Amino acid sequence: MINFLLLFSRQGKLRLQKWFTPLSEREKKKVIRDMTMSVLARPPRTSNFLQWRDLKIVYKRYASLYFCVGLEEKDNELLALEMIHRYVELLDKYFGNVCELDIIFNFEKAYFILDEFLMGGEILETSKFAVGGSVEEADTLQETMEEYMSKPAY
Amino acid sequence: MPAPIRLRELIRTIRTARTQAEEREMIQKECAAIRSSFREEDNTYRCRNVAKLLYMHMLGYPAHFGQLECLKLIASQKFTDKRIGYLGAMLLLDERQDVHLLMTNCIKNDLNHSTQYVQGLALCTLGCMGSSEMCRDLAGEVEKLLKTSNSYLRKKAALCAVHVIRKVPELMEMFLPATKNLLSEKNHGVLHTSVVLLTEMCERSPDMLAHFRKLVPQLVRILKNLIMSGYSPEHDVSGISDPFLQVRILRLLRILGKGDDDSSEAMNDILAQVATNTETSKNVGNAILYETVLTIMDIKSESGLRVLAINILGRFLLNNDKNIRYVALTSLLKTVQTDHNAVQRHRSTIVDCLKDLDVSIKRRAMELSFALVNGNNIRGMMKELLYFLDSCDPEFKADCASGVFLAAEKYAPSKRWHIDTIMRVLTTAGSYVRDDSVPNLIQLITNSVEMHAYTVQRLYKALLDDISQQPLVQVASWCIGEYGDLLLSGQCEEEEPIQVTEDEVLDVLEGLLVSNLSTPVTRGYSLTAIMKLSTRFSSVNRIKKVVSIYGSSIDVELQQRAVEYNALFKKYDHMRPALLERMPIMEKTASNGPTEIVQTNGETEPSVVEPKHPPPVNQPASQGNDLLDLLGGNDVPVIQTTMPTKPASAGGELLDLLGDLSLGGPAPAPAPPAPASQPPFLLDGLSSQPLFNDIAAAGIPPMTAYNKNGLKIDFTFERANPNPNVAVITIHASNSTEADMTDFVFQAAVPKTFQLQLLSPSSNVVPALNQGTVTQVIRVLNQQKQQLRMRIKLTYTHKGSAVQDLAEVNNFPPQSWQ
Repeated sequence: MINFLLLFSRQGKLRLQKWFTPLSEREKKKVIRDMTMSVLARPPRTSNFLQWRDLKIVYKRYASLYFCVGLEEKDNELLALEMIHRYVELLDKYFGNVCELDIIFNFEKAYFILDEFLMGGEILETSKFAVGGSVEEADTLQETMEEYMSKPAY
Repeated sequence: MPAPIRLRELIRTIRTARTQAEEREMIQKECAAIRSSFREEDNTYRCRNVAKLLYMHMLGYPAHFGQLECLKLIASQKFTDKRIGYLGAMLLLDERQDVHLLMTNCIKNDLNHSTQYVQGLALCTLGCMGSSEMCRDLAGEVEKLLKTSNSYLRKKAALCAVHVIRKVPELMEMFLPATKNLLSEKNHGVLHTSVVLLTEMCERSPDMLAHFRKLVPQLVRILKNLIMSGYSPEHDVSGISDPFLQVRILRLLRILGKGDDDSSEAMNDILAQVATNTETSKNVGNAILYETVLTIMDIKSESGLRVLAINILGRFLLNNDKNIRYVALTSLLKTVQTDHNAVQRHRSTIVDCLKDLDVSIKRRAMELSFALVNGNNIRGMMKELLYFLDSCDPEFKADCASGVFLAAEKYAPSKRWHIDTIMRVLTTAGSYVRDDSVPNLIQLITNSVEMHAYTVQRLYKALLDDISQQPLVQVASWCIGEYGDLLLSGQCEEEEPIQVTEDEVLDVLEGLLVSNLSTPVTRGYSLTAIMKLSTRFSSVNRIKKVVSIYGSSIDVELQQRAVEYNALFKKYDHMRPALLERMPIMEKTASNGPTEIVQTNGETEPSVVEPKHPPPVNQPASQGNDLLDLLGGNDVPVIQTTMPTKPASAGGELLDLLGDLSLGGPAPAPAPPAPASQPPFLLDGLSSQPLFNDIAAAGIPPMTAYNKNGLKIDFTFERANPNPNVAVITIHASNSTEADMTDFVFQAAVPKTFQLQLLSPSSNVVPALNQGTVTQVIRVLNQQKQQLRMRIKLTYTHKGSAVQDLAEVNNFPPQSWQ
């Protein structure tokens, strides 16, 4: 299973964090620091894998963003690369030519898409269209401002 | 109060901050506003505020005061609220805070909500961060949803169930009925998550594994359909249909096929098909091939398939893509134990990977190279590995050096080569060598008796060049202390002997004492070495002076040593030669490398001499030889020259001799009850008759241990009087054939709990036609009173041909070991 998924910029600013194992805030911060340092320090033209503690780390750079995933021993690294790519494709389809700014300003939507793609550290849906479809349909359930104001909370 | 600013507005504002301090100020201001808004229990803007809080949390600022607000959002009826509320719960809450339990009721309600997307949110949150308590409370709901026909909910329930099982394994049983027809779904999402669920269950419970084996044909069918089916736009990745599902199925097949012939047989064809037909030009194809190879290697596949798998890995090694090379090296490392020969074929490619620029690949290649070293390729491999050691990054040097030492110990083709290799490692990576290798190396050097002069000369020369690498310096000073006389006498056969005077040697050692580069440990080594030279060199006065200087050293260890050595000079000068003479051969504890036949307690401190051995004779040069005789090899050195001729087999046999016994079956367990139940008076009876040694031993009848091809070996027993735990066995070897048996060597090995000492044989020729016997005494210490077993090895020359035989002696009379 995937233990965590992080997105950060080339300057080391965190753009997304998803944790699938319970960690304290301090531990999370340490992981983020370690990941940012290790990945950003990698010279070009090296493999996308590195070993960190007992996890396999798979990372891939898309434009200005690094996608970094922590895997367990029995997971398939090459497939993790495909998984990261699939997530990027899903974001791209939803936002239309996604860039880092889209993810910064619409981070909650990036999470919603992620939550339709992965759950509990495993891939939830393998169809390219189903994920986007679900998110868009769920979006329609979101109340407009008027509806929101007029509906009672409880 | 004005409406709180919108989320995007806040993000834009914060991004305009030019310094960290500016950003912090903005954040603090906004947090204060949010906090007062929360206090007012404002339902309208709670959602917006929590969203802003989540953004600030991502920047690294504390957001714990929003936790309860998330719970309120989750409880709200509005979908927008729920969405942000659940997101906030997943980001801000975790199972360590009791507050999370308050979610349970909300989740339970939402799991039964009329809108599937609300149910989906609840399942997602539970499946990502549900604690064990929550899982216990809600497992029933999840199980219900697992049986629904709504595929959107079914797939989520499946992964939620996986999480529940991971948190509370005992609940696994309750999901079993719902798995019944999971695999007959058409929906890929449900299929994929079902396979994950089944995998999780099979990994955790052997019963489940056995139960689900019957699914193998169905899984094979699904996989086949995926491969054969036409283009499916929604699942296609570079021409391959749903690689994620394919890989998960392959992984499940791996678990189901492991150790089971029928299942492995059933999946053979599909594995072969995937292995040969998958497109390898893109990463996705290679991901599937990788998983296939792992599966083939783990199940009981036929050899043709295994060869195919290794060849795929071999092709991976030649791929330009670094990721694929990395993955290949990792897999080969896993398979090198089981399919050693097949992996050997790719050795040269693996060795080339040592030169790769990628650190991860280098590490894997190094580990794999060490795994591939054997007696045949040791010279070539070592050359490459030493070259690698020279040029690699510091992070590798320690591991590489240790690996080189280990490999050299196991497979060194000659002593000289071994010493040279050690020297090379010490001089190139000396400061990275692990501390524990210093004693190992010292022991190795002591045991290579004929190489002492060569070794000390090379070490001396190395010291002249460089005294910064502590392990090298320590080994060198120890050797100079021991073998300084050889250094002076210029006895070296292997290379041009150097001319060196006593003063020059002492200069070097004293230099180590004063140098800033030397650690306290190194200083201790050199002081002791100087002291030892007082019996080997003639410039005793100089040494006395050095020793007395250090009697007032600040370093407590040095001071103590110096004071004691001083005392040795002054009051105990008569004892000095005896105390400082040549060290005896040290026994090894570990079973790596050449092991003596004699089992010992494995004492590694050089100063401890086995209590059973008679006191060593005062002859520095032949010291080693006397002890060798005691240990029972005739003229054969105790370190059997297993290396030069047939490294693997000879050493292996010796190791088998010992290994089998110590692992040997019933010896430890049944033995303890037996002696206890023996009536004590039998033993008393025996030991209370000191006058009749033979008759006392008459209680122990002699036995024939071996009788084959005309060679008969009888054992007779005595008790050693001072120590009733020691049995003294005398072997009598007789030869009934018409030709003498010459070069007769008798060797014995006993289980680990015993100690054995072989004394010198009477002769090494067993005369023909029973004209005489060769006798040899064996003393066995049996402190734990366990059943005595012995394995013996006989070698002799008979009628011009060499004969060798191994035998196990199990028929010891009970009295011999009780």
